[in-house]
Amino acid sequence: MLEIEIDGKQVTVEDGSTIMDAATKIGAFVPHFCYHKKLSIAASCRMCLVQVEKAPKPLPACATPVTNGMKVWTRSEQAVKAQKGVMEFLLINHPLDCPICDQGGECQLQDLAVGYGGSQSRYEEEKRVVLNKNLGPLVATDMTRCINCTRCVRFTTEIAGEMELGQAFRGEHAEIMPFVEKTVDSELSGNIIDLCPVGALTSKPFRFAARTWELARRKSVSPHDSLGSNLIVQVKHDVVKRVLPLENEDINECWLSDKDRFSYEGLNSDDRLTVPMLKQDGVWKETDWQTALEFAANGLRKTAKQNGPDSIGALASPHTSVEELYLLQKFTRAIGSDSVDFRLRQSDFRADGFREGAPWLGMPINEVSGLDRLFVIGSFLRKDTPLLAQRVRQAAKRGLHVSALNASAEEWLLPVRNRVLAAPSVFVPVLLQVVGALAAEKGVAVAEHLAAAVPSAVSEEARAIAQSLASGRKVAVWLGNLAVQSEYATEIHQLAEEIARLAEGAFGIIGEAANSVGGYLAKAIPLVGGLNARQMLEQPRKAYLLLNAEPDLDFANPALAQAALGAAPLVISLSAFKSPALFAAADVLLPIAPFTETSGTFVNCEGRAQNFNAVARPVGETRPGWKVLRVLGNLLEFEGFEQNDSDAVAKEALADGDRPDLGNRLFGLEFKFADQAFTGFERVSDVPIYAADPLVRRAPSLQKTRDAKAPIARANAATLAAIGVESGARVRLKQGEGVAEVQIVVDDTVAANCVRVAAATAATAVLGAMCGEISVERV
Amino acid sequence: MLSQESLQQIDREIAKYPPDQKQSAVMSALRIAQVEKGWLPKELIEFVASYLDMPAIAAYEVASFYNMYDLEPVGRHKITVCTNLPCALSGGVHAADYLKEKLGIEFNETTPDGKFTLKEGECMGACGDAPVMLVNNHHMCSWMTKEKIDQILAELESK
Amino acid sequence: MSASGLILAGVDGDRTWGLQDYVARGGYSALRKIISEKIPPETIIAELKASSLRGRGGAGFPTGLKWSFMPRSFPGAKYLACNSDEGEPGTFKDRDILRYNPHTVIEGMTIAAYAMGCERGYNYIHGEIFEVYERFEAALAEARAAGLLGQKILGSEFSFELFAHHGYGAYICGEETALLESIEGKKGQPRFKPPFPASYGLYGKPTTINNTETFASVPFIINMGGEGFLNLGKPNNGGTKLFSVSGHVNRPGNYEIAMGTPFAELLEMAGGMRGGRKLKAVIPGGSSAPVLSGSVMMDCTMDYDSISKAGSMLGSGAVIVMDETTCMVKALERLSYFYFEESCGQCTPCREGTGWLYRVVHRIENGLGRKEDLDLLNSVTGNIMGRTICALGDAASMPVQSFIKHFGSEFEYHIENKKCLVPPEVQYEGSQIYVRP
Repeated sequence: MLEIEIDGKQVTVEDGSTIMDAATKIGAFVPHFCYHKKLSIAASCRMCLVQVEKAPKPLPACATPVTNGMKVWTRSEQAVKAQKGVMEFLLINHPLDCPICDQGGECQLQDLAVGYGGSQSRYEEEKRVVLNKNLGPLVATDMTRCINCTRCVRFTTEIAGEMELGQAFRGEHAEIMPFVEKTVDSELSGNIIDLCPVGALTSKPFRFAARTWELARRKSVSPHDSLGSNLIVQVKHDVVKRVLPLENEDINECWLSDKDRFSYEGLNSDDRLTVPMLKQDGVWKETDWQTALEFAANGLRKTAKQNGPDSIGALASPHTSVEELYLLQKFTRAIGSDSVDFRLRQSDFRADGFREGAPWLGMPINEVSGLDRLFVIGSFLRKDTPLLAQRVRQAAKRGLHVSALNASAEEWLLPVRNRVLAAPSVFVPVLLQVVGALAAEKGVAVAEHLAAAVPSAVSEEARAIAQSLASGRKVAVWLGNLAVQSEYATEIHQLAEEIARLAEGAFGIIGEAANSVGGYLAKAIPLVGGLNARQMLEQPRKAYLLLNAEPDLDFANPALAQAALGAAPLVISLSAFKSPALFAAADVLLPIAPFTETSGTFVNCEGRAQNFNAVARPVGETRPGWKVLRVLGNLLEFEGFEQNDSDAVAKEALADGDRPDLGNRLFGLEFKFADQAFTGFERVSDVPIYAADPLVRRAPSLQKTRDAKAPIARANAATLAAIGVESGARVRLKQGEGVAEVQIVVDDTVAANCVRVAAATAATAVLGAMCGEISVERV
Repeated sequence: MLSQESLQQIDREIAKYPPDQKQSAVMSALRIAQVEKGWLPKELIEFVASYLDMPAIAAYEVASFYNMYDLEPVGRHKITVCTNLPCALSGGVHAADYLKEKLGIEFNETTPDGKFTLKEGECMGACGDAPVMLVNNHHMCSWMTKEKIDQILAELESK
Repeated sequence: MSASGLILAGVDGDRTWGLQDYVARGGYSALRKIISEKIPPETIIAELKASSLRGRGGAGFPTGLKWSFMPRSFPGAKYLACNSDEGEPGTFKDRDILRYNPHTVIEGMTIAAYAMGCERGYNYIHGEIFEVYERFEAALAEARAAGLLGQKILGSEFSFELFAHHGYGAYICGEETALLESIEGKKGQPRFKPPFPASYGLYGKPTTINNTETFASVPFIINMGGEGFLNLGKPNNGGTKLFSVSGHVNRPGNYEIAMGTPFAELLEMAGGMRGGRKLKAVIPGGSSAPVLSGSVMMDCTMDYDSISKAGSMLGSGAVIVMDETTCMVKALERLSYFYFEESCGQCTPCREGTGWLYRVVHRIENGLGRKEDLDLLNSVTGNIMGRTICALGDAASMPVQSFIKHFGSEFEYHIENKKCLVPPEVQYEGSQIYVRP
């Protein structure tokens, strides 16, 4: 520890601290532009120059290490003179366009110029003009305003993992740019808007939409991935205009993924369902709430009476709040049916009934940085959970060794030491080898229920993973969405659990959606013999309650979902959006509030229940989903639907404490794996980053990104040759009755004999299951 | 995109650096690429970057930072004259003026026949030889009298 | 090339750069002695300290002391770098050393590598002297073939790999950390220090960087002993030094003389003033050093201490001589343009300030100056100096301050009369194309 005096105040700081760290500790503000606590130190803007005893010239606080007994003055005459000098240089070429600049009101340069700038300029020469760059649909540029702090450059390189921006040319001609005519395509790109201390990089969707001081700032929680990033939602006249990160070091730090940041555009989509609608004689008509609710209630009552309560099933999206999921299952159970589920994209439910608790990450998110070994199984980590991937990326810089088993090696922009590429049907044999090798490494016996299945021969790849895990001190094994959505999810789970046990590490499930943990806690799963999401579709029900789910895009098997729902005499859809598929399947559409227009709770992957409030009034006649479910309960005269507010529902749904009933272990389940050789091609499905849920699918700017235009189908060169096509050719994909014609491109990171086909996409909505056999023919 | 010979030269440069530091060869690689192609179009920079496993923008940073790389097409012969103070004191500016007059172009221009481009250079570290000019980046001509300039231009004309 | 002294003694232009001639001049005897006598590294560093050799690149930092900063027992790779990125206007000595006597640099670096335990080195050569880079590569090949470089040098256990790396047109790479960045294949933007290269240098490993002439002096120090070298010069200013004389003299060129030689003698060696004209001003240590009036300069001796006392710096030993036909405003305008063009763009004061300085000097030169401009220039330079990561900001400022200080009346005349004190035709005549006698 080091003693230092700053502006006359004593402070003790850790060895290796900078003057900036020490100043921050005592709350002394040192003006700065290029310094950012999460980025490497550039020390180039020179705004943070301070006076240091015995130093002949002022030193940058951001880069100068503290020495014991150092005396520093941040506001002495020498310091302020230096700071004012730098400010003058920053302003001489900065345009005087503050009145039309989106950064106005939240501009670091503007703010600091008030304190350090002169009232008149001594620079009378012409100011520099820098051409704007097209960085893509999300980030707007006004490069003449750029002060070359290089925060954006360092962000893309260090945090996002790929240098997409640089500072080209030199001296006064230096300018920030992507490689000639390239765009910034990172799924974290929006953060450079926040980082830019001036108005050089601003939000394209937000451009000229409002002045920042007109906006109300309200806290919220992201409804997308399983991280549950904390948000500041900015609202003007009840319209969400912008979303910014709410700093939470334990979850999203100071970052947001582009999905979290820009999906708000979908809230204002033309697809919003704003009035209850009823299908009468095949024609959709707007109606009032009372008519719609009575229609729904009567329909359910009638179905239960005629076909028994078991003929009714409820299906909800995992992007739905705890309150809504809880009341949905309570309502369904009150009718007398146990058939309720929120795991719409899963196809293997054999572990139900053997679970210790709700599947979760198995560790707090902020402990990822302390890991030294990680084995990720079946995950599109970077696109599914961008900020979790970012944490892993930072940990990898500090020595975390990452191993991965995947069916398609998505580029994670971090070093993956051991990678096994295998078809999903081969995951289990590979994992059995890892179990065997790891047990040998550790000198520990394999668990009894698995011992018989463990092979004696072990591949080099499996051994390398085992050795990596065996040499770790803080180990974790994670299952990604592809693993959880697999037909072999149960065996994969059993083996991953065993690997974690042998490696003495944490075992976790990354989780697909904002409430993948919360759905379990809200009991939105069959508990006493009811049907799960798959069974409800395979054994068609007479009536369905559909909550925030679209039949063509949110299910593991969209062909099956559309068929089952389409054939059902009664489908009641509670949704914030309308769509052709909903019009086709449903009989009544009840407009419910998206996360910005109601209160609720999401439980993120680390089991943290995060509450949010409405930030805007519901659009049109939209009502909170939990209220609609409560009223339906009232209409059917069920007990226990008297809650006055969402808090009361949440309290009822969640036991006290943050982390009730979490647990990944499977108890008493036999290991039954029949290794059957796969003939034909095996489908590998990703859920594209901007296709995962109804809200993001309707965010226009995100839909213009490169990620949204990713190829629908891909396979490696050998597979393409076997199909008999070149990269870029059109092929006919067939699963059961469903036939889709799409373009296929070569991608050598796709495992042998596999075809990677995007799910949750209009082009593939006619197809069958996300995993299993698929036929591919040249057109 | 580059000839086998150029690639071999680049490989020799890569071998000068530790195996995990291929990027160190970027300056040589860009130089070799420019010698073969005359200038550095963006596709060429991108090619060099991927050959060295570095981001394209990082290679572009280098190509745009060092001023002997040409990001725009130049004539068959690029002549760079130093006009910095020590050279100017010994006639660097006069030599440049003479070249402008002979070639009928100003600095940063190319003759209509595409043969010559004239550039103003910064210190080449050869002030004792002033006036100094650099032909095609790599050949330095010292004590450039008008007669010598005439002679060199005539030689280059035929190349 | 005109030479006496050590490094360039006995060399005959382009004809005698090769290994055979170098050996004939006694080359590689220092290295052989070290290897055969197994001289301990500490002894070599002690000799360097005794020689009082100061870095010849411009800063004049004691070389022996610099070598002693290298961590002895560092477990990984350690690097050596030679700074031959000579681009400071007025400086052209390293080019002559490298093209006429490259092996002395190779030998000096090899000895340095031995003394500091470096396994690998790079000589960073200014891009514009590409032919010299090619010659150095040829010399390296000769040395490797002769077992003087590479694995198991001269049959010993000592190995050292040395390579040439060329610049491609950036003055800033003469700054040692910019040079390291450049070797790493990046833009030459200087690093903030600390950490210093001795702890975090090339590829993040301990690295020592010295100037070409510094390394070239090392074999002579080993051969004649530290004290012998020191005695060639004067106390605290050991040895001989190359001075690059340019500008209005009859014989511009390099002159290797003992430290402490009077400037008047150096001027005489360079053939005196061209056309017999009157000496007006001298920049004694490369364009970044403050300009001195001719009369002050005539009283100086050529060593670090004397020039420093006169208010300037010996720097790299680049002596720019200007006679009475020189317009000091135009001279400063050209230098200011140079720093404006060469600023790397990293630090705000230098990126924005060098252009501002140039534009103000430019408008004074073009008859658009204002009364308050000289105060403005002094104020702007004051805001640049000492406020940047590297010394380029200072280098851009010092000429401005010193030109105004010593030749302020010329600037005032320009501002008031919208023209130069020296008639254009006189200026024109004075800077005619130089013809070698």
